[in-house]
Amino acid sequence: MSAITTSEVAAGNARVRVPKRPRERALSRRTFLLSIAAYGVAALFLLPYVEMVITSLRPSNQLLAANLLPTHFTFKNFTTIWSTGFGGNLIESLLIAGGATVLVLLVSIPAAYYTARHRFRGRTMFLLLVLATQMFQPAAMIVGIQREFSSFNFSPTLSLILVNAGFNLAFAIWILNAYFGSIPVELEEAAMIDGTSRLGALVRVTMPLAAPGIVTALIFTFIAAWNEFMVALTLSLGEGTNHVPITVAINNYIGEYSIDWGHLFAGAVIATIPVIILFAVIEGRVVSGLTAGSIK
Amino acid sequence: MSEQSQFSIRHTRPARAAFALRPLLWIGPAIALIVVVVLTPVVVMIHSSFENIASDGFVVGGAGFSNYKYLWHEPALKGVVFRTLLWVVVVVGVTLVLSLALAQLFNQRFPGRRAARTMLILPWAASVMMTALIYRWALDPYSGAVNIILHALGIVHRMGSTQADWLGSPGWAMFWMMIVAIFVSLPFTTYALLAGLQTVPSEIYEASRVDGASHWQTYRSITLPMLRPAILVATTINVINVFNSFPIIWEMTRGGPGYETSTTTTFMYILKQAFIGESAAMSAVNFLLVIVVVLVFLRVAGWKEQVDQ
Repeated sequence: MSAITTSEVAAGNARVRVPKRPRERALSRRTFLLSIAAYGVAALFLLPYVEMVITSLRPSNQLLAANLLPTHFTFKNFTTIWSTGFGGNLIESLLIAGGATVLVLLVSIPAAYYTARHRFRGRTMFLLLVLATQMFQPAAMIVGIQREFSSFNFSPTLSLILVNAGFNLAFAIWILNAYFGSIPVELEEAAMIDGTSRLGALVRVTMPLAAPGIVTALIFTFIAAWNEFMVALTLSLGEGTNHVPITVAINNYIGEYSIDWGHLFAGAVIATIPVIILFAVIEGRVVSGLTAGSIK
Repeated sequence: MSEQSQFSIRHTRPARAAFALRPLLWIGPAIALIVVVVLTPVVVMIHSSFENIASDGFVVGGAGFSNYKYLWHEPALKGVVFRTLLWVVVVVGVTLVLSLALAQLFNQRFPGRRAARTMLILPWAASVMMTALIYRWALDPYSGAVNIILHALGIVHRMGSTQADWLGSPGWAMFWMMIVAIFVSLPFTTYALLAGLQTVPSEIYEASRVDGASHWQTYRSITLPMLRPAILVATTINVINVFNSFPIIWEMTRGGPGYETSTTTTFMYILKQAFIGESAAMSAVNFLLVIVVVLVFLRVAGWKEQVDQ
């Protein structure tokens, strides 16, 4: 019954929405000025990254030329960067970011699901603990991280997977908790009446419905680990240059006396473009995870 | 953990104990990860601050408060702490003011709004260290884009001059690094405020328009108060992030010349390379400072009122 009414309402809404406002109406002066201002701001945000791309395409003999655009472009930095070991750096970053993401999902999905579905002793304590970790930044306790993990004797890769997973767990738990909480428990119960186990209901019914939240947590963790610099710099000290993650590799193009700007920005372009595309996918949903849902 | 023991004392029957332990099966891995990665380093760090540690990491013995004494007598400390507070106040303050304006702008309807909003996320998505390096490059005294433009405008008189070497002078270096820090803080803050604007019901605006309120009056008496929770949360997060910001200063000046562009975070990192115990002491002080700054901010912003509502 209720299903019918909702669909009727939806159909009604659709019918109301059909005759859109006539688009041919000329843009008002106000809208025009607003657009110009907004595009100007957007350009200010875009320009530094345009400069990054331009520099990566600059011929090396024009790096010191005082011109905004070089006389011609070359892809040489992108072909020679691989001989500096950048391929190994990409693999290392993929391992760290991929590993941290898998670990975060494995740990956060059960925790977020259980806290969304059950009221139990210590639930509030647990959620407060998670919230408190958002106040902690690896930079603030880098000495402790370095000393603790050097005593474990793990490989830098494993240490960085754990650290990145730990510091991004809060975001994943908060956003997933909100998603699981918004899925009616009746849906799972219906699946269980049909003979599915509790776990089966979680995997086949709830998880697909929470997919946007899971994708957001996945991409956010991946990007955060991919971009992380300070802990990577600290924990991969003394590693061969081919086995450090990309942020450290890019930092290594800064020499004692000179900086290899061409390779530095070619590396930065390779590292940044996939991340921007991924981030654009979750753009609208990130805020609620970072602010623990307090402003939606 | 404490939950587990409480239950085993009160309910002796094994079945009930198992039931009480059940949540641990689901949330236990998360607790373990937080304890190992987030909480243990804090304990190790505070413990290290009372130890005498050689620069290779070998613990020579206890040190009492001597690390804190060394730190206190560090000639650079006063400047570093002052600069840190200035850095946090300026970056967070300017970010908030600009974000309020940007949120207002990007909340309007105009063609191409989605594309324009997507441009805004660039500094958020890209690694901060890479953004900082772009600015370092653009500020190059001989060939940097910023200097080329400032030269064309007549502000920089000669390329390659000391005037064009912005990052070589501590005051100007701080200025430019603050600009970068604001630049990378704007996307999150603006998006948080945009989310806050969505929560203002449009009827309120209509009502105030009917009452004949001006745009500015409406903004001050309706929009700003409604944005308060968003401002509070975004600013708290910004304070923590900006306080602990490392990549910008590290990539643009390495905290130098001397320690003249260092904040507590980079100062602690430089100390770590030779004086681990003292660096741990600096971290502990840094940690306390962050907590104090956040609490002061929440108090000033009337956090209690917010919770009581």
